[in-house]
Amino acid sequence: MTTLLEVNGVSVTFDGFRAINNLSIQIGEPELRAVIGPNGAGKTTFMDIITGKTKPDEGRVLWGDKGASLLGMSESRIAQEGIGRKFQKPTVFEAQTVAENLGMALKQRRGPLRVLFGRDRGSEAERIAAIAAEIGLADQLTRISGELSHGQKQWLEIGMLLAQDPRLLLVDEPAAGMTPAEREHTTDLLKRAAETRAVVVVEHDMEFVRRLDCKVTVLHEGSVLAEGSLDHVTRDQQVIDVYLGR
Amino acid sequence: MIRALLIACGLIAAALPALAQGTLQDVLQAHRAEVESPSRATVGTVLDALDDSDLPGVATFLERWQDRAVWVRASDGLFFYAEEQDDGSYALLDISTEEPVGTAAASEISEIRPNGGVRREIASALVEFQLADPDPARRRAAVTAIARAMEPEQLAPLAASVEDEPDAALRAQKERLARMLTALYGDTPEARIAAIESFAGETAVDARAILNRIVATRREAAAALPEDANIARELRPGGAIAEDEAYEMLVAEELAPPRVPAGDVLAALTANLADGVVAGVPVETLGDPDARDRAYAALAEAGLVQPRLTDDGIAEALASHAFWDEYVEPDPAITDAAERALSATELKVAAAQSADLALDALSLASIYFLAAIGLAITFGVMGVINMAHGEFIMMGAYTGYVVQQWGWVPNYTVAILIALPLAFAVTFAAGVAMERLVIRWLYHRPLETLLATFGISIALQQMAKNIFGTQARPLTSPSWLGGSWEPSDLISISYIRIAIFALALVFLAVLLFILKRTRLGLEVRAVTQNPGMAASMGINPGRINMLTFGLGSGIAGIAGVAIGLYAQVTSEMGSGYIVQSFMTVVVGGVGNVWGTLAGATMIGGLQKGIEWFNPSNTLAAQTYMILFIILFIQFRPKGIVALKGRAAGD
Amino acid sequence: MRQGFLAKNPSVLWFLLLLALFTLAVTLMAQAGLVSTSLVKTLGKTLCLCLVAVAMDVVWGYCGILSLGHMAFFGLGGYAIGMWLMYARTEAIVAENLAARPIPPTPQEISDAIGSQIFGVVGSSDFPPVWAFAHSLPLQLMAALLVPGLLALVFGWLAFRSRVTGVYLSILTQAMTLALSLYLFQNESGLRGNNGLSGLQNIPGYGHVPQSTISLVFLWASALALGAGYILFAWVVSGRMGSVIRAIRDNEARVRFLGYPVEGFKLFVFTLTAVVAGLAGVLYYPQAGIINPAEVAPIASIYLAVWVAIGGRGRLYGAVIGAAFVSLLSSWFTGGSAPPIDLGVYVIQWTDWWLVLLGLSFVAVTLFAPKGIGGLFDLITARRPVEEERVGDYGPDQGAWRRREGQEEA
Repeated sequence: MTTLLEVNGVSVTFDGFRAINNLSIQIGEPELRAVIGPNGAGKTTFMDIITGKTKPDEGRVLWGDKGASLLGMSESRIAQEGIGRKFQKPTVFEAQTVAENLGMALKQRRGPLRVLFGRDRGSEAERIAAIAAEIGLADQLTRISGELSHGQKQWLEIGMLLAQDPRLLLVDEPAAGMTPAEREHTTDLLKRAAETRAVVVVEHDMEFVRRLDCKVTVLHEGSVLAEGSLDHVTRDQQVIDVYLGR
Repeated sequence: MIRALLIACGLIAAALPALAQGTLQDVLQAHRAEVESPSRATVGTVLDALDDSDLPGVATFLERWQDRAVWVRASDGLFFYAEEQDDGSYALLDISTEEPVGTAAASEISEIRPNGGVRREIASALVEFQLADPDPARRRAAVTAIARAMEPEQLAPLAASVEDEPDAALRAQKERLARMLTALYGDTPEARIAAIESFAGETAVDARAILNRIVATRREAAAALPEDANIARELRPGGAIAEDEAYEMLVAEELAPPRVPAGDVLAALTANLADGVVAGVPVETLGDPDARDRAYAALAEAGLVQPRLTDDGIAEALASHAFWDEYVEPDPAITDAAERALSATELKVAAAQSADLALDALSLASIYFLAAIGLAITFGVMGVINMAHGEFIMMGAYTGYVVQQWGWVPNYTVAILIALPLAFAVTFAAGVAMERLVIRWLYHRPLETLLATFGISIALQQMAKNIFGTQARPLTSPSWLGGSWEPSDLISISYIRIAIFALALVFLAVLLFILKRTRLGLEVRAVTQNPGMAASMGINPGRINMLTFGLGSGIAGIAGVAIGLYAQVTSEMGSGYIVQSFMTVVVGGVGNVWGTLAGATMIGGLQKGIEWFNPSNTLAAQTYMILFIILFIQFRPKGIVALKGRAAGD
Repeated sequence: MRQGFLAKNPSVLWFLLLLALFTLAVTLMAQAGLVSTSLVKTLGKTLCLCLVAVAMDVVWGYCGILSLGHMAFFGLGGYAIGMWLMYARTEAIVAENLAARPIPPTPQEISDAIGSQIFGVVGSSDFPPVWAFAHSLPLQLMAALLVPGLLALVFGWLAFRSRVTGVYLSILTQAMTLALSLYLFQNESGLRGNNGLSGLQNIPGYGHVPQSTISLVFLWASALALGAGYILFAWVVSGRMGSVIRAIRDNEARVRFLGYPVEGFKLFVFTLTAVVAGLAGVLYYPQAGIINPAEVAPIASIYLAVWVAIGGRGRLYGAVIGAAFVSLLSSWFTGGSAPPIDLGVYVIQWTDWWLVLLGLSFVAVTLFAPKGIGGLFDLITARRPVEEERVGDYGPDQGAWRRREGQEEA
């Protein structure tokens, strides 16, 4: 396991409020990592920094084997580097079909002229079908995605992430609003994805995290409070004080 | 009673000649020869005698003498004023009392005609009399007359009268005027320079006019620069002086042959065209300018046409001559002093002009602020883009017009006082109606709000056109708002603009109060930030949105009255303000009253600043201003006063 | 699974067929004398307006950029071709006049004569630098496409780079349009100030051809351009490119996280549509005969948006229908052909009240039929509507309903 992402001493301040305070995290490849923490611990801001949405005031974010800095890159450039993100609220393009949504996400050249003149090689349709099968939407390909159920949208979004074929997957509360059966399916998906790449899951639901069975990082007030297996962190007195005990 | 009065009058009449030692006629008769045919050498004695006599009619006599209105009767040599009658004879008036004393035929009397030199002497004496007149009004009139004429001979009497002037203000005026005259016509260069230096740094228009008169130049051309002339600057053709102008000067000085217009060349060539050849040059080749020059030169050689210089020749002529501006004043020391005094003034003038410009900019900014502040509420606070905002301004202006012109209220002051709240009421109602009927259905579709309100805008505009016609309607301001405030010669601002400025300040205060200190303001801010939360706190978002929109629209109505007071009211006046207003809100920072103020100040200041560089072209000023704003938004997309962090909603 | 482009977009075929039928029918009727030359010109102009409306639909209906500047690009194209038309025609007239003289003219004389003919109205006779290429048709044609394209490129780059979106972007484009029209209004712009360019209906070198023929040629050219533009845009908005463009309209930030350079896509669409708008202007103004700065004013671009909205955004034929319907109706009403309505106390003259009607019906369309006229086709094809307004979770919070076009969303 090599280090894929290294977040080092990052801080960010919103109007005097320190959302992230000297945060350092390392993610390996492949790895499945759960990030937990109370509200306002900086989980979403942490993802915002990695994906380029928020620029930190100080610190370094290094990526990949060559240790390239992500801080100067635009959001789309970072995505092309191989970082995919799933948002808390399912955000798929509701006016377009499932196939179109997946097709857009497929790993390929992203420039406007490339997209316009790119030939639709038959393999694309096959890849779309394969991903759809994996997320259980194989018979929904021609449906407008706005008509899907909440859970189906979550999967579609995960499917879009898989289609991007990223090296690092950032997943924000994937299980929210899902039925128990859907949760199980989601857990399987994530675990399978983590076999070949790095997956970071932000989650509130302890039961879901336990099922992921992976290394856990606890965030509190913008920095790492504890790190280790779920059993390890749940025994940590600090963690119990700020989070679990409440 | 009447009898007593008559007796009193008679007594006074009898006493008058006794008080004066002799009449004016007597004094004149004593110097009869000098009066009848005055010369510069002799007139002085008469004037001295008149001066000494201290008689009341002297000033009048001098005036008429100068105007050739004094006549002498041949029979007895007495002097009279005379007026020509219808029958050709003259009515004679006594020289002391100006009362008719009989008539005379034209042949019996002759006019006294003093020559120019004498008349100047008389004028100078006259000034002396007027300046010493016991009546301050006449003295003031004399000073004003001198200030207008600025003749050299006025200097001495004016300077002499300064000492005895009892009125302090008038004395200062006389003293200043004397210095001006000294600067222009003083006897010695030293006196002139001292006077000139006393004006250094003075910004008053008259003082600068005197200095500029001293440094006036005339443009000259010659083969070489003269040694002795007081030269202001040398001019290079194509540089400080245009080549055409320089050549025209050479032609005027007969240093070069006149230019032959291209049309004349063509006419000459055409006239000398024979058998397809002009002076040996084939006609087909004459489309080439060189061939034309050759043909014309050949014709000139043959004496058939006037010779002319080619372009090269003109360039050579210009190069071999000197052009310069020469001071009319020959003494360099004096012109130098005047230039120095002027440059000392320059800085102060620039400062005053900047102050004037700043006032202009401020008043423009307050107009933009008025126009935009309603929009800042509807667009900035509610996020609703209202393209009909300009039409609300127009509605307000027409409300003012209707109140004033349709004969309901004759008094303009009362009309304005009625129009302001009425305009608010009308546009408030219109705004509420629009919010209820249209906008509230579109809160989640801002781009469509833009288009729907645009539809309302064109409908309102056309309806106003149908009702009021296309002609511009005036909104007359009360007379106490006429005129302007002029703290100095260089700074002035009309009262109406000051009133608009004051109105803008009032708006700012009222709005800040409403938003920050009232229940309504609190609810508005609550609904803006989180309508769902506000609703669950018992605030009715629909009602708040309606009131906020009405408030923004109502303010537009009041702004309309204010704008109508200084600009014409037309159905299209609103569209002229809408883009500017949006710019003001966006540049200032959306959702913030202070931002709108900053935006208006910046845009008003910028526009005036750009206009100052190129005063003839306000269109260009607007163009550049918009370009600047587009660039500005590149660097501060959220405006001058930007909300930061999570409050900005991103 | 793989299909041809036309097979995937049957509406394109239908559209081309109808366009061809229309053009043929008008031509035949004009030959038969059933349709006047001026009507042919009006129809030809309408086709050009349809073309720029299609461009507008792509940039607004598909990409979500409510540009209030596309009529400015249209006008720039018109100015570019107008400069050549005016120059070449004046040159021909001047050459004819000067040829009558016994002595051949110098190049300077010709240039001066043309200059004083063209710029006499603004009190000048010198050629401003912008006229440097006016003598050449190919160069001016290139300018007609390049100038709008470059302006759109520079403006778009500045605007998109600083992430100005939604209504802010609309206002910014409106400001650009206003600046351009104010600039053109000045005599110093070198384009004859508020006089504009005139006499453009006279095609240099074809003075002997009657206007009835020229109008038909332009009708065909306009129809051809509209057909070609329609195919071009139908191709652009189909497939992956169309997917991305529509996705940008619906959620720009999400597209960015998929790795697409959103600014590049927007810039591509903005510039391409600007070039097509310029082309439409090239064909429009020789039929209109005159162009002046008022044609470039922001109001014209707003009308363009109105047409597209009435026709129906997000479908190309909707834009065509809207532009044709509203502009023809508008010329019918303002031309005085519409019968006045006598209400007894007041007679409604449509020349006075048409704009009121248009404005209010526009409000009605936005409120009650946001899909515009094109929405009627959904009834025929029974395309099931998608609940487009639903972005977030349903709930009591009004904010969840609000799609914030003006702001970025995570």
